[in-house]
Amino acid sequence: MTAGRAPGRPQAGAHPFGGSPGVPAGQGANPLVEVNDLAKTFDVSAPWLNRVIERQPRRFVHAVDGVSFAIPRGTTLALVGESGCGKSTVARLLVGLYAPTRGTVAFDGIDTAATLASPGARALRKRMQMIFQDPYASLNPRWTVRDIVGEPLREHGLAMTEPALEAKVAALLAQVGMAAADMEKFPHQFSGGQRQRISIARALATEPEFLVCDEPTSALDVSVQAQVLNIMKNLQRQRGLTYLFISHNLAVVRHVADSVGVMYLGRLVELSPRRTLFAAPRHPYTRMLLDAIPDIAMTGRQRTPVQGEVPNPLNPPSGCAFHPRCPHANARCSSERPELVEFQGVRIACHAVTEGRI
Amino acid sequence: MAAPLLEVQHLRVEFPTRRGTLLALDDVSFSIAPGEILGVVGESGAGKSLTGAAIIGLLEPPGRVAGGQILLDGQRIDNLPAEAMRKIRGKRIGAIFQDPLTSLNPLYTIGRQLIETIQVHLGLDAAAARARAVQLLQSTGIPAAGQRIDQYPHQFSGGMRQRVVIALALAAQPQLIVADEPTTALDVSIQAQIIALLKSLTKEQGAAVMLVTHDMGVIAETCDRVAVLYAGRVVEIGPVAAVIHSPAHPYTVGLMGSIPAMDQEREQLMQIDGAMPRLNAIPPGCAFHPRCPQAMDRCRSDRPDLLPAGATQAACWLHDSKVAA
Repeated sequence: MTAGRAPGRPQAGAHPFGGSPGVPAGQGANPLVEVNDLAKTFDVSAPWLNRVIERQPRRFVHAVDGVSFAIPRGTTLALVGESGCGKSTVARLLVGLYAPTRGTVAFDGIDTAATLASPGARALRKRMQMIFQDPYASLNPRWTVRDIVGEPLREHGLAMTEPALEAKVAALLAQVGMAAADMEKFPHQFSGGQRQRISIARALATEPEFLVCDEPTSALDVSVQAQVLNIMKNLQRQRGLTYLFISHNLAVVRHVADSVGVMYLGRLVELSPRRTLFAAPRHPYTRMLLDAIPDIAMTGRQRTPVQGEVPNPLNPPSGCAFHPRCPHANARCSSERPELVEFQGVRIACHAVTEGRI
Repeated sequence: MAAPLLEVQHLRVEFPTRRGTLLALDDVSFSIAPGEILGVVGESGAGKSLTGAAIIGLLEPPGRVAGGQILLDGQRIDNLPAEAMRKIRGKRIGAIFQDPLTSLNPLYTIGRQLIETIQVHLGLDAAAARARAVQLLQSTGIPAAGQRIDQYPHQFSGGMRQRVVIALALAAQPQLIVADEPTTALDVSIQAQIIALLKSLTKEQGAAVMLVTHDMGVIAETCDRVAVLYAGRVVEIGPVAAVIHSPAHPYTVGLMGSIPAMDQEREQLMQIDGAMPRLNAIPPGCAFHPRCPQAMDRCRSDRPDLLPAGATQAACWLHDSKVAA
């Protein structure tokens, strides 16, 4: 879980805990977001009467199970993984849409779960915002763009008069490449890409430091995705924004991220600087994900489709959750769960790698 | 090349509405040879799914084929009565859709759905049809097919359901398979499995495939040729390597540049400003001219036909040899 816990790893501790590897020295000392042993369990039991009559036990899904990472200021951490790996749950935990079952999220040194339950919540909420995947579902269809983008301004008392609000909304729209005249329109009058830009403008309204983006471009066409990704990168440069970027698309992640965390069944299996991860993926699951990307360059590379599917999170495999699909699994992998440890400059949860078998 | 199995000639699809008729497909022509995989790409609303729907005769009313023709093995199929088209669909043309859950009837076991399809199209008795169904499921890589055949769709995962849908589409050994975004709803690792499966099965059966997708990566891996659609028109068509590596139409160039690549790092992605026009506001001349960095006066008034452009054909005046010469 934390760096340097596993014995006998000479590289352990090369990076102090909290310093995301691969980030320029000095920035890692005081990360904006620090997540420690975060876990979220959902109760998916049958109703009480069924449990009594059918003698069923309570059932839980460990959607996120002991995830730790840190995001230095002004950088982007991307979380990748397949459906059901818990990446969206992490996003929701970070902005306080879910309360963690275990572990902490520290934002600029403040414990978010405790603060969001206290009177200080408003000040904290202002500093972090979220962009959702589906721009068709995340905007109120009965509100004009002025209402949508202006709501956080009103709510946080950032624009007291109507002309001031209008000026601010216009400025926000300009930042995402939209016209002030769009203010009077309703969401249905815009295309998917434009709606996502409205979502970004709304998220930027409170001048947050931290944006959690949950698959912000997955619902968009590629040319529109390029527009939105370019806007997001420009905003990061101008405002020093920190992003948590959730995606299943590794090519997009490679384009935006500084470091990348790979998740599988609720746990981080590899956390590396972007260049390291793409040049030399260590975990067998990361290798599999990279190998599964269709080869657009047509180099004639032979892909070996991995067998099997993501197991049911209700009944995860013992030991390393990936072992039933892993070509390098042995007896230890099926019995002992690997922790995320520092190993040769990356963080990895894999017995085969740390034992030097691959 | 052998005689084409499917020929689409000057296809026009219209949607009459109260505010006038929308032209969803405008003069779309292409052909697919037996055993060939043709990719059809484009962004949302470009008309790629509509092209597929028109070929299998499942245009949603009020949509209708307003012009041109569709030939399967030399026989016109766009004007057939519904009953005759039903016989062709499933038997000679198989269809695979994006969402495997909605393509299967949730109230029937997958076995019943498969056996029914096999019996209708191949006229086998119940026992033989069941044996064939099990064999089909096995060929699509479903483990323990003999037991799973009696399960319901909800008991299968997304990837397994798509395998069942592929088995259904291949049940009657069709000559042509129309696959509309068959991997879009799936995770990347499953996507790779399904693509490999689709490729090997269609090759075994010698079936032609029209693969509709928005994912250029899938196209690059799977297809022989690719047609790029924009605003209901084919803007470029050619061998897949040529279209990907040396696209001739400015739209294809922009489309390829906007894809984040795995083999190179760029600070900014190339972007095409603006958005595809709505069907009720398709500009005159070349539909792409308002977004085109190389638009000329002529593009605003005259619509270009497909012109030879290197290894591909592009509907763009830049490739008009009379002007270039």
